[in-house]
Amino acid sequence: METDATGESDVLLQVNDLHKAFGDQEVLKNVSFQVLQGTVSVLIGPSGSGKTTLLRSIAGLEVPDAGTIAIDSVRVDYAQHPGEKQLRKLTAKIGFVFQQHNLFPHMTVLENITEGPIVAQHRSPEEADTEAIALLAQFGLQGREESRPHELSGGQQQRVGIARAVALHPRLLLFDEPTSALDPEVVSDVLTVMRDLADDGWTMVVVTHEMAFARQVADHVAFLDGGVIVEQGKPENVLEHPQEARTQEFLSRILNPLAAH
Amino acid sequence: MQIFDRPLASSSWWPLVLKGVTTSLPMAVISFAIGLVLAVLVAVAKLSHSAIPKAIGTAFVSIIRGTPLLIQLYLPFYVLPALTGVTVPPLVSAVLALSLNVAGYAGETIRGSIISVPAGQWEAAHTIGLNRIQSMRRIILPQALRLSVAPLANTFIGLVKDTSLTSIVMVTEMLRTAQEIATPTYEFTTVYIVAAVIYWIICTPLSFGQQRLETYLGRKYDSNAR
Repeated sequence: METDATGESDVLLQVNDLHKAFGDQEVLKNVSFQVLQGTVSVLIGPSGSGKTTLLRSIAGLEVPDAGTIAIDSVRVDYAQHPGEKQLRKLTAKIGFVFQQHNLFPHMTVLENITEGPIVAQHRSPEEADTEAIALLAQFGLQGREESRPHELSGGQQQRVGIARAVALHPRLLLFDEPTSALDPEVVSDVLTVMRDLADDGWTMVVVTHEMAFARQVADHVAFLDGGVIVEQGKPENVLEHPQEARTQEFLSRILNPLAAH
Repeated sequence: MQIFDRPLASSSWWPLVLKGVTTSLPMAVISFAIGLVLAVLVAVAKLSHSAIPKAIGTAFVSIIRGTPLLIQLYLPFYVLPALTGVTVPPLVSAVLALSLNVAGYAGETIRGSIISVPAGQWEAAHTIGLNRIQSMRRIILPQALRLSVAPLANTFIGLVKDTSLTSIVMVTEMLRTAQEIATPTYEFTTVYIVAAVIYWIICTPLSFGQQRLETYLGRKYDSNAR
């Protein structure tokens, strides 16, 4: 795997003044956000806080109204209404893992993983197959190459989803609530795969409610509410000693769901 | 005059079966194949983000669905030669008209199926780097066509019987053969009943085939499992 170990403190992703409204509802209010190479950032916040919209905007799945997103030297300014081609340059650097995995049901597991490398990146099918088989083995899915997605359990499907993203050799992996749709007993299979990727040096941005993952794996945690980043920093600071009242209230609800508020 | 003439029924049976198998059914198969390719184009045109393909697709579907098939069969046979001076053989003109008719109806079916493929499939295709055309061809259409199997099978079964209308443009398919057999005897009822039974016998296995195809595709990949 490419681990991008050079220059640990280089900025890989720079988001500036990102603004997005759905109708008259502002979901992102001039959000600025930075991700250093080789780090894991976790975005937390209540539903509707804008964390998923921020992640989807980085991946080009939502078109922000204004603001800039830069990865490496590729920079997109949404105020200039960038074209499809320009966006492609940016999104080609990203691998995305969906909450509902969104695997292609008409393809085998192997085809799901090799489709992007072969069709979009024009890599040789032999090379793509070899690498996909290795990824499946690495993720505990050896021998499932010819299965169809619906023959797999939810946790297996999500690991295929991660393999599909990793096979693209992206600079940045984005995860949109990757364990929220899973049965509790398989959540740890998926989180373990993600922790291993982090250990391998992948740069990751993860939207999740898994506080254990945030505490143990993240280098950086950002708390969003109402379309703004309310508080961010090291996990031990944000999660253990939150400064803002909104962060404190959110965390206590997450950690003590039955407590009276 | 009796209602049903048994000797005439038995003597007309084989000529009609033969005509059904050698003309009506192949005409339906060829028209359906051409129509299906056009239907995909119609569906994609109507879903296009550009105004011109969208307008052409919309106008085409509107005309095909808004006018009688009998007139659609008549026009290429009688009007096209008058305008261009090119005489089109009856069978070619009939297949052309039937193909366009199928394209109109099946185009709407396929368009509906494309829309019903979950948006997450488009998004996943986008995130692995496929452009819009690649996404449509490799991710969305294969799933949409699977969703279209049942309604398209309906279209095909309807088409088998619609080939009988081509008798008005001098195609000697099954119904016209039935008319030719019946004319000297005036026993139209008997021969038409025989023809109807043969259409039914041809269409029934098609319904079975439709069910088996649906089961097969359902096993191959379960569209609910995502």
